[in-house]
Amino acid sequence: MEGEEEKKWMKSYLLPEFIIERNEDRCIKCKVCERQCAFETHRYDEELDRMFSNEESCVGCQRCAVFCPTNALTVKPNQSAYRPNYSWTGERISDLTKQAETGAVLLTGSGNDRPYPIYWEHLLLNASQVTNPSIDPLREPMELRTFLGRKPDMLEAELMDDGEVRISTEMPPNVMVKTPILFSALSYGAISYQAFKSLAMAASEYGTLFNTGEGGLPKDLRKEYGKNAIVQCASGRFGVDLEYLNCSAAVEIKIGQGAKPGIGGHLPGEKVSCLIAETRMIPAGTDALSPAPQHDIYSIEDLSALIYALKEATNYEKPVSVKIAAVHNSAAIASGMVRAGADIIALDGLRGGTGAAPKMIRDNVGIPIELAISSVDERLREEGIRNRCSILAAGGMRCSADVVKAIALGADAVYIGTAALIAMGCTLCQKCYTGKCNWGICTQDPYLAKRINPDIASRRLTNLLRAWSMEIKEMLGGMGINAIESLRGNRDHLRGVGLQEWELEVLGVKGAGE
Amino acid sequence: MRRKMYEKEISACSIFGAMNIEGERFTGEGVIKAIANMHLRGNGLGGGFAIYGLYPEYEYYYALHIMFRGNEGAKKETDALLNRSFDVVHDEEMPSGERANVPDPPLVWRYFVAPDKKGKDKLLSDDDYVVQKVMDINLRIENAHVFSSGKNMGVFKGVGYPEDVAEYFQLDSYRGHIWTAHGRFPTNTQGWWGGAHPFCILDWTVAHNGEISSYGTNRRYLEMFGYHCTLNTDSEVIAYAVDLLMRRQNLPMDVVAKIFAPPVWEAIEREEESKKILLAMLRRVYAPLLINGPFAVIIAHHGEMIGLTDRIRLRPLTAGVRGKMTYLSSEEAAIRLVSKKLDRAWTPNGGEPIVVSLDGGGRGEKVDEVIPFA
Ligand code: SF4
Ligand code: SF4
Repeated sequence: MEGEEEKKWMKSYLLPEFIIERNEDRCIKCKVCERQCAFETHRYDEELDRMFSNEESCVGCQRCAVFCPTNALTVKPNQSAYRPNYSWTGERISDLTKQAETGAVLLTGSGNDRPYPIYWEHLLLNASQVTNPSIDPLREPMELRTFLGRKPDMLEAELMDDGEVRISTEMPPNVMVKTPILFSALSYGAISYQAFKSLAMAASEYGTLFNTGEGGLPKDLRKEYGKNAIVQCASGRFGVDLEYLNCSAAVEIKIGQGAKPGIGGHLPGEKVSCLIAETRMIPAGTDALSPAPQHDIYSIEDLSALIYALKEATNYEKPVSVKIAAVHNSAAIASGMVRAGADIIALDGLRGGTGAAPKMIRDNVGIPIELAISSVDERLREEGIRNRCSILAAGGMRCSADVVKAIALGADAVYIGTAALIAMGCTLCQKCYTGKCNWGICTQDPYLAKRINPDIASRRLTNLLRAWSMEIKEMLGGMGINAIESLRGNRDHLRGVGLQEWELEVLGVKGAGE
Repeated sequence: MRRKMYEKEISACSIFGAMNIEGERFTGEGVIKAIANMHLRGNGLGGGFAIYGLYPEYEYYYALHIMFRGNEGAKKETDALLNRSFDVVHDEEMPSGERANVPDPPLVWRYFVAPDKKGKDKLLSDDDYVVQKVMDINLRIENAHVFSSGKNMGVFKGVGYPEDVAEYFQLDSYRGHIWTAHGRFPTNTQGWWGGAHPFCILDWTVAHNGEISSYGTNRRYLEMFGYHCTLNTDSEVIAYAVDLLMRRQNLPMDVVAKIFAPPVWEAIEREEESKKILLAMLRRVYAPLLINGPFAVIIAHHGEMIGLTDRIRLRPLTAGVRGKMTYLSSEEAAIRLVSKKLDRAWTPNGGEPIVVSLDGGGRGEKVDEVIPFA
């Protein structure tokens, strides 16, 4: 990495971000913390028979604190601070210091953590009282089944003499998910094989889909989990072949990602192991570079050509999704995408996660997903083409209420990425780009990766899906709705609080009390 | 620009329908009595009637019942629009009894018109043309609202108990072969004349009891097809959905019932293969027209009267047959009041329509036995 050279001879002026307190009375010197930390924060000194910490390297991932058998460790943000300054915050000063010491682009992982408005927190849900009975999901049917893909504008149906109804309209391919929650694109390479497999297992177990991301689908997973996979075809075209496309539930063209709109990807050669190389179809040990644009897509016509190439390759049996980052003109772009043949529009908002992105991009480019869902849904309706695609929303869904609000704004279903990682252990330390994830998720180091046991991690994921689905049912029942489709785009069940007129207008909701 | 604001009124109600399946016309006396018997289900803030076979003397003309509020402006504008777009063969103020107990009656006028299509409008069918004009009036002319727009039928409605509204419009002087009626209990806003039921587009009318929790989804889907809900009440979406599905898309009633009130997925899975495929397709394609929340509804058009409840039957609906008369009602007592003896009376399952029709679809033709949809 750039700047590594400098580090060797220049004194760093950075303050440690975290302070580690070790309760010496409790510590039994078992060295668990030393082994758990890939950043080499803890060290046992044999002579002194004592544990020491190197706080400069601590990333605050809490792995050591969780695994310490005696709860001897407390890791907390460093309280010592520069003189308060509204403009030059501690983070700005230390970022700048870092750059002065390395001369490099600031890298980061996970999603945008800046205090932009989170519209979920400004939207409130409705519930039935008196005039409309609320429905108890434990006693009455409550349906979450969702179909993704294009729907015809109408069905041609004819009542035959024998009382049978004959439909002559051809149905475009749709995929069914049992709950409107899918796992977002997390590529093998960015995350470990174990984490990747856990997502696949959970999706298949629960009856939903996972997204391979741009790193292909390992051959040994295709037979069992292909039917629950959305396989991506991204700018690097890694791992794309006929078998890959055809073993899937749906194909997704990745144009952009919420965490880094307009930016490509880079998997350094040292992470490209033999299996990753085979899966991505590149030589082992070489850098896997994803160009910023797809170099065969410079226009909407080009997109259409790729969409139809993929439909041809899959015999028109799979819906084709196109994923874009939510940016200023998403609504117009989405309309073009539908007309170009996309069956699913995947929108990834400002707070979408990533394995690695330049911090300036992650923190400053894009728009919040709530506004993007709303404007895209409205635009497609104005043009009368909303039913020709499904909208998948990603980037910042933290709980089941966020999912309900996303669907009420107009999404068909949501992608969760960060939430799924947290279910597997991630603590949002944002150091995914280092490849040293102590939780075994964002790493290719076999020693770290084996910390994820797919049987257990997939169980944690299905538990999450089950819990959220149950909560969604409760909220639906409260609104007097017993099928998720009656919530879709039903903004009457939302009210805004603390929003300005233009925000209410874009969201298409009334203010609370109106 | 101020945001678009949608208002939705919530109401509980009584509904009643009577049809002579031989197409013989009868007076409204019984129907008025029956709906008055369910007085307690309303609160005096809305009542209305739809009558089919109402204007045999103008049977080939669209009969527009239009309500005007405020001063002359709305009527002038509407007259101008009608004269531009139609041949108006006859128009008059709706006869009304001044002494009836209804608050602030607006001016209601009836017009008998034939489309006068010009330019590219010639490509439209007469019906589509009329729908477009009705939308124009409702949307663009403030204080003008079209109550009904079908041929040889009409809707009379207003604020008051249904029996008072009937008295106001002197309904005892009219005859028809289908009558539907509605008594209203709006709960969250003051009732207004345009918000009373039945709702009508062309000759389709809807009298609805319930609250549609899928209103936003339904309304926004219908907007894609050119329907704009302007009457501030959720029942309006059913009228437009019926027009879209039955008239424009030509779907049979049995199919439409499965769109409004589809079986749950588990039940669909238990069906035999061909039925399973059909029901699954309907749910996928028409998901935005699932009518969620409690409802019982009487839908009518020429030659047919249909009763339907939501799929978990959260609102009541009962049917009764006596000879050539078939009745649908929120309460059986109201039917028994009109016809003490019934050949049969029954309550359909949730989501299962009762379709009452004239045999062969023609008016006054042979009788068919009334069969509940199995
Ligand atoms: S894990 Fe806990 S007990 Fe073990 S050495 Fe570290 S601080 Fe001490
Ligand atoms: S995946 Fe690992 S490295 Fe990335 S934020 Fe989560 S815990 Fe940290």
